[in-house]
Amino acid sequence: MSHNEETPRKSGSNPAERFADYVPSIESRDIVSIRSRNGLLIDGAWVDAADGRTFTTVEPATGEALAEIALGGTEDVDRAVAAARHAYDSVWRDMPGAERARYLFRLARLLQDRAREFAVLETIDGGKPIRESRDIDIPLAAAHLFHHAGWADKLDLAVPGMRAAPLGVIGQITPWNFPLLMVAWKIAPALACGNTVVLKPAETTSLTTLLLGELTREAEFPPGVLNIVTGAGDTGAALAAHGGIDKVAFTGSTEVGKSIRRAVAGTPVRLTLELGGKGAHIVCDDAAMDQAIEGVVDGIFFNQGHVCCAGSRLLVQEGIADAFVDRLRDRIGRLRVGDPLDKNTDVGAINSAEQLARIVEHVEGARQEGCEVYQPPCALPERGWFHAPTIVTGVGGSERIAREEVFGPVLTVQTFRTEREAVDRANATRYGLSAGIWTEKGSRILWFANHLRAGVVWANTFNKFDPASPFGGVRESGFGREGGRQGLQEYLTLAPVR
Amino acid sequence: MSDGIEIRKTYKLFINGAFPRSESGRTEPVHGPDGRLLAHVAKASRKDLRDAVRAARAAQSGWARRTAYNRGQIIYRLAEMLESRRGELTHELTRTGVDGSVADQDVAGAIDAAVYWAGFADKLDILAGSVNPVAGPFLNVSATVPPGVCGLVAPARLEALVSMTSAAIMAGNTTVVLAGGDVILAAGTLGELVATSDVPPGVVNILTGIPADLHGWLADHEDVDLLDVSGVPDETRRDLETRAAENLKRVSATAGARDLSTALAFTEIRTVWHPARIAP
Repeated sequence: MSHNEETPRKSGSNPAERFADYVPSIESRDIVSIRSRNGLLIDGAWVDAADGRTFTTVEPATGEALAEIALGGTEDVDRAVAAARHAYDSVWRDMPGAERARYLFRLARLLQDRAREFAVLETIDGGKPIRESRDIDIPLAAAHLFHHAGWADKLDLAVPGMRAAPLGVIGQITPWNFPLLMVAWKIAPALACGNTVVLKPAETTSLTTLLLGELTREAEFPPGVLNIVTGAGDTGAALAAHGGIDKVAFTGSTEVGKSIRRAVAGTPVRLTLELGGKGAHIVCDDAAMDQAIEGVVDGIFFNQGHVCCAGSRLLVQEGIADAFVDRLRDRIGRLRVGDPLDKNTDVGAINSAEQLARIVEHVEGARQEGCEVYQPPCALPERGWFHAPTIVTGVGGSERIAREEVFGPVLTVQTFRTEREAVDRANATRYGLSAGIWTEKGSRILWFANHLRAGVVWANTFNKFDPASPFGGVRESGFGREGGRQGLQEYLTLAPVR
Repeated sequence: MSDGIEIRKTYKLFINGAFPRSESGRTEPVHGPDGRLLAHVAKASRKDLRDAVRAARAAQSGWARRTAYNRGQIIYRLAEMLESRRGELTHELTRTGVDGSVADQDVAGAIDAAVYWAGFADKLDILAGSVNPVAGPFLNVSATVPPGVCGLVAPARLEALVSMTSAAIMAGNTTVVLAGGDVILAAGTLGELVATSDVPPGVVNILTGIPADLHGWLADHEDVDLLDVSGVPDETRRDLETRAAENLKRVSATAGARDLSTALAFTEIRTVWHPARIAP
C-alpha cells in the first residue's frame, strides 16, 4: 500500500510524532444534559441552599464552567440531618430488610440502565478517561449497590451469634478521584444496614452524585433516606462535627482525616477514615516482565495517579532495574495523554488547577533535591489541566517526592537487592494503604504479603477492587474497611444473641 | 524464729521482661484502709513509658509471627499462674481496700478472662477473616493483622486489666499497660505471673503508678498504634483522643469485655489478592 511507503515509521523516534496521525474516537456528549443550576437533595426534594449561595463546577479538560451548584451551609446540614433522622425513625430502620434490598436493587439497575450517561458525565466533570469511567467506575459502582442490596435481609448472618442493628444517621464525605464509585462504596452498605445518610460529595465533582440522587427519586426511595448536601470543605466540616449523626465515614486526605478525628474526639460518634497512601510496587527479578510493566504503568497512571492506593513507589530488584526502567520509559512514551472523552486516551485531565499546581511543585522539588525527572515527549492539550506521565529516578528515599503523596501521574524508582531490603523500603512510610508485588514464586508472594504493612496487597496485579473485598488502610492511611463482610460491620452495632 | 516479722515485697515495674525500679527513682506510697503503709510502689515516669514502648515495638513482629495456637498456649499458662496465685492476688486487692467478696470475684473473673482469650487465639481468623468471592481470577483472602503496639489504660479492676491485656496479645499485639488505684499491688504481681508464663520479654509491659500522669504521653507517642481508654475518666477522653489523632492511633474502650467486639478492636484486616483462585 502506498500509504505505508509514504509514511515509513522511524523506530525509536519521538513517540508523540509516531502517534500524530492516530484517529481520535470521541465519545459524544449528547447523552448528557447538565442542568445549569443544581440544588441540594433534602428530604426527597431538590432545594436551594438556605442562604442561596452557589459555586461553579468546571470541566478539567477545558477549564470551562459546567454548572452552578448549591453551596450547602450549616443550616442546610441541619435540615439534611433532621430529614435523615426522621426517615430513620419513621421508615428505614424498621423496614424489613427484604424491602430495603428491593430499593437498592432498583437503584443498582437504574444505574446500569443509564451507565453510559453516567460515564460521560463522570468524565466531563472529573477529567478521567472515558475508558475508565465506562469500564471501571460506573460498573463497579453498580456492583457495590447490587452486592450490598443482597445483604439487607441477611444482616444477622454477617456475624454468627450476633444480632445486627443499624447505627442511625451517617455523615459521609467523598473524594473527587472516583466520585460516583466512592459514593456507592459509602451509601450501599450504610443503606443496606438500615441507616440513613447525609452525603457531602467533593466540591469539584458533584454532578454524578446529584444524578444518582435523582435516581433515588426515580427508584421512589422514601424521602430523607439519602440526602445530598453539596459544597466545599466547610460544608464537610459542618457535617462531620454535627451533633446529630452517629457515624462519619470519610475518604480523602490524611490531613483532613486527622481534623475529623479531632472533631469527633470524646463523642460516641463512630468513625472510619480512608486516607492517603504511598504504595510500594515491588518487582522481583523473576517477575513476568511484560505483565509487570503493564501492572506498574496501571498502578501509577490509572486515573492520572489520582488514586489513594496508587503504586507510586516502584521498588525494582537491582539485576533487572536498568532494563526495566528503560522499558518503562519506552512504555509511557506510548501512553496517550489528552481529551478524556477520546476512547483512546490513557491519561486524562488533572482534576483541578490546584491539584496540577501541587503536582508540578512536587516534580520541581524532586529536581531541586537532585533527582532525575523523565517525561516522554508528548503534546499536552493547550487548554485544560494536564500533566505528562513522569518517572523520577535517582531517588534515595528521604526526598519529599519519595515520602509525600503526590496524587498525580508521578512514579519514583528505587532499587533493592534483597527481599528484606525491599520490605524495609516499602514500609518506610507513615502510610499503609496498598502494596504490590510481582514475582513468579508463590512462596515469595506470601512472604511479602506477610511483611508489608498495608491494608491491601496485590500480587501480580494492581488496582483491583471488588464489593466483596474489604478495602482500607493501616497507620496514617486511616482505619476501618469498605467492602466485604468486614466493611458491612462498620455500619452495624452488634449485640450477642442471648 | 523471726516469723512475726514480715518480709515485705518491693513492687517494681515490669519492662521488657525485667523488674526495674522507675528510672526517676520515684515511688508511690500505698496505704491500706487503716492507713498502714503497705508498700512504696515504683512510680513509672515518662522515660519508663518510652522504654516500655521501645520494648513492646521490638517484641511485636516476633510475637505476631508465632502461631495462634502458640499464643493461646502461652495465655493459658498465664491463666494457670493466676490460679496458682489466686490467694495472693485477692489479698493484695483487699489490702488496698477492696471488699473481700468483690476481690474474690475480680480475681476469678481475671482467671476466666485469661482462659477465654487463650481459647480465642486460633478462632480469631475463623471469626474475623474471610475468603472473598471477587469477580475475577483471584484468591482473595482477608486475614487479621495486629495494629502493633497497644497502650492500655485499664480500669482499676484486675479482671479488666487481665482481659484487655490478654485480648490484645491474643491478636498478636504487644502492650504497654498503665495500672494504679486499687489494683496497683496486684498489677505488680501480675508482672511476675507474665514473666513465668513464657510470654516473651516486651510483649507485656506493666507501668504502675498514677495512670493519669502518664496516659497523655501514651496518647502522644508516635510509636503507639492503638490506645484503649477504658480506664480514662470521660472528661479526659476528649483530650486523649484529640492527641491520638496526630498519628491516627486507633482508639478503643473495650474494658476487656469478653466478646468478639473486643477481639475486633485489637485487630485490623489485611486483604491479599493472590493470582489464581480456588474454584469448582
